[in-house]
Amino acid sequence: MGESLLELRFPARAEELKPARHAVKEALLASGCANAVARDIVLALDEACQNVIRYAYGPEREGDISLTIESRGEELVFLLTDWAPRIDDSKVRPRDLDDVRPGGLGTFLIREVMDRTDFIDPPPGCGNVLRMVRRIR
Amino acid sequence: MEHSVREEAGALVACFTGEVDLEHSPAARKVLLDCVGRSSKVLVDLSGVEYIDSSGVASLVEAFQKAKKSGVEFALVSVNDAPRRVLELARLDKVFTIHDTLADGL
Repeated sequence: MGESLLELRFPARAEELKPARHAVKEALLASGCANAVARDIVLALDEACQNVIRYAYGPEREGDISLTIESRGEELVFLLTDWAPRIDDSKVRPRDLDDVRPGGLGTFLIREVMDRTDFIDPPPGCGNVLRMVRRIR
Repeated sequence: MEHSVREEAGALVACFTGEVDLEHSPAARKVLLDCVGRSSKVLVDLSGVEYIDSSGVASLVEAFQKAKKSGVEFALVSVNDAPRRVLELARLDKVFTIHDTLADGL
């Protein structure tokens, strides 16, 4: 187990993302993360939250997002938890960037920024848990 | 996010400031598509954009594609570090026409 840098829980709504981004950025900078790296990580986490809002919950459901950041040596581990229905993670794919069109960029950006991403088994009662890891040192 | 649209030297200049994110990108999209629909030249000033995400980028892409289909000149100007980084990550920095300054674009 590493050092907990941030634990957030907020409603899965677009207007909640800005304060979440700012909280994440502050936590990252306070941990010694370089500004440029922090900026990329904020983007990736924001995109992951957007995916939860748009696709996991969708327009018909409400629920929360939980975001935790843990420092483990040279890596930061991010866990994004929702209480939406389980998704089929085999269907989560970045799109082909040669196909220039609006939309579909979020997963690609997450994978560009993070070193590893995977869905892990959620605790009882939770929907999905996306784990993302980024080396910062 | 705040925005303004003005006419300058025969172009519509759409200027965005603040954070173009999931909450505000629908408004940005509407502004951009409206500009493309009523001008032969649109410049998008991003100098004041502190944050942009994939939904904001999607608004730019959609406006760019509509402009291309309609023969409207469309370019980004004064792209500061934050949006530039996202465009680079998304490999779109080579897709859009980007001018360093508004004057270069006019």
